[in-house]
Amino acid sequence: MKLHAIRIVFGKELRDSLRDRRTILSMIVVPVLAIPLLIFGFGMFAFKTMTHAAREIPAVMIVGGDNSPEVFAALRAAKNLQLVPAARDFTNAIVEKRVRAVAELPADFDQLIARGEKAEVKIYEYQGEMKSGFAAENLNSFFQNLRDAKVKENLRGRGVPLEVLRPFNIQRQNIAPPAKVAGNLLGGMLPYLMITLCMLGAVYAATDVTAGEKERGTMETILCCPVGRTELAVGKFLMVLTAATGTVVLSFLSMGVSLQIARRLLTGSAPGQALQNLATIDGWGLAGVCLMMLPVAAMLSSALLMVGLFSKSFREAQSYCGPLMLVVLMPALAAILPGVELNATMAMVPLLNVSLACKEMMMGIWHWNLILLIFGSASVYAAAALAATVWMFHREEVLFRS
Amino acid sequence: MRREDGPIAVIEACQLVKMFRDRKRGAVRAVDGISFRCCPGEIYGLLGANGAGKTTTLRLLATLLRPSGGTASVAGCDVVREPEKVRARIGFLAAGTALYGRLTARETVEYFGRLHGVDEPLLKERLGNIFSTLGMHEFGDRRCDKLSSGMKQKVSIARTLVHDPPVMIFDEPTAGLDVMTARTIVQFIRDCRQRGKTVIVSTHVMSEAEKLCDRIGIINGGRLMVDGTLAELRRQHGITDLEDIFVRIVGGQP
Repeated sequence: MKLHAIRIVFGKELRDSLRDRRTILSMIVVPVLAIPLLIFGFGMFAFKTMTHAAREIPAVMIVGGDNSPEVFAALRAAKNLQLVPAARDFTNAIVEKRVRAVAELPADFDQLIARGEKAEVKIYEYQGEMKSGFAAENLNSFFQNLRDAKVKENLRGRGVPLEVLRPFNIQRQNIAPPAKVAGNLLGGMLPYLMITLCMLGAVYAATDVTAGEKERGTMETILCCPVGRTELAVGKFLMVLTAATGTVVLSFLSMGVSLQIARRLLTGSAPGQALQNLATIDGWGLAGVCLMMLPVAAMLSSALLMVGLFSKSFREAQSYCGPLMLVVLMPALAAILPGVELNATMAMVPLLNVSLACKEMMMGIWHWNLILLIFGSASVYAAAALAATVWMFHREEVLFRS
Repeated sequence: MRREDGPIAVIEACQLVKMFRDRKRGAVRAVDGISFRCCPGEIYGLLGANGAGKTTTLRLLATLLRPSGGTASVAGCDVVREPEKVRARIGFLAAGTALYGRLTARETVEYFGRLHGVDEPLLKERLGNIFSTLGMHEFGDRRCDKLSSGMKQKVSIARTLVHDPPVMIFDEPTAGLDVMTARTIVQFIRDCRQRGKTVIVSTHVMSEAEKLCDRIGIINGGRLMVDGTLAELRRQHGITDLEDIFVRIVGGQP
């Protein structure tokens, strides 16, 4: 393999790509501007919507409960509930969002609980609908408090000490430092995000230097040069790898800067605290993730080059890249699922292995044996993918497929 | 490569065969035992209809494709055993301009020069000479996608000349070009001969072959039907018009 020839091909491909508006868009503009805007913008929007929904006093309806003035008075006095008059079609009222939740009480509710008889309270909600959930939660806690108060009153009346209800206390204590908490949250997402960004950065570059060349007729011209096809393939591969890693690096730099800015702007507020935790992620973990991602980026670059090389035109290549993206993201998504944990078998599954290792590294767990096994296997997969790309560059039925 | 009856051949094809697998037609013999030789400073024209096997033959000579059978040598190098040496000795120009639109004319020619291993001082000198000869200085630093088709054609020519190859291969070089640009190409091919280069050109334009070629090979269905100088072909068939000769050979008409 002639390094000089690889350098010439790489240099030309890089220069050519950096002059392409579409590469600039996918490699620089989207990761630097669009992704932080999207992530932080969407994050802020989601946070604000949730806070607003949690603060909103929900409209609730009480059906039944005839001759129960006490409970109605207490409900009216509750600050986190807004009572609306009862209606027969109360389920429709929830569906149509006129009320967020409904509590159904038996008749003579006040007397029933006064006599110590069993009374059933039914709470209706629209599961999956956030505001309905909040309203049902408010109703639930209202009735729980009422029940507790009644129990206490009964116990007091019979001269039983209140401690009988709580023979012991339970306390949960978090021992994970904030960095690990943030790592746990981010660990699963980070490889997924990195793989997506890798694909985003590499897909256009890979298609352009293969199917694009075929379409423009330059492939034939370049193959007439005395440069070996291996050198040609490696030069193009390095350019695609640069685009993929460049996109990831630029995205993370941009997200890091955005994070710092957002932290300063939001100091003291709840989202500011969340960002504070995020900013304390383990630097070594992040470095480990970046290193682990290198063979993945190499494998994806080769895979995309193969797709582009096989295609007759740019459009055909693009149509294959969509499904490929789904196939690639599935294992990365699987790593986010709770219960999917790293073991020797998982260490051999491409993409999933790296995603799981990254998740653990971000949590500060370093299983060195598995990490080395995964890095080794990921490198073998990357080398195999590159070898397949080089092999395809030697196949005339692929290069001149018509 | 000396044959008993002639000088050393710069291009020599001997029973060249190229087979393709086609999903519908099965095994297809795109080139079926073609043999010809092309001597130094000669323009050899491969004349044939679309799909006759001209491009495949030229691609075999340029080592873009590997022959399924037979042998060929270009400038003394075997196309199978020494493909890189062959490629270093040829300049290949196809129908389209096939340029990198985002590179400038200068960068394009430099890139191909470097790929051919031309060292930097010589590359600079050659670039200067070629740009002067073709009148390319005024648009040398403009991107190829901003050039007119005539300018693009000049860049393509410069690209094929930058390593000063002894053999030039032209695959339907004037297809789809306007009259003026086509004339430039025809003149360029003649210039190549004048500079002592050996040229092989494929075409289906009879007038072009008549004007340009020292020897003509008529190819049909992957086979070389006849091969000779224009005068020899006329004598053999008793007809002066090349198109009539072509139709008689290919179409089997009287």
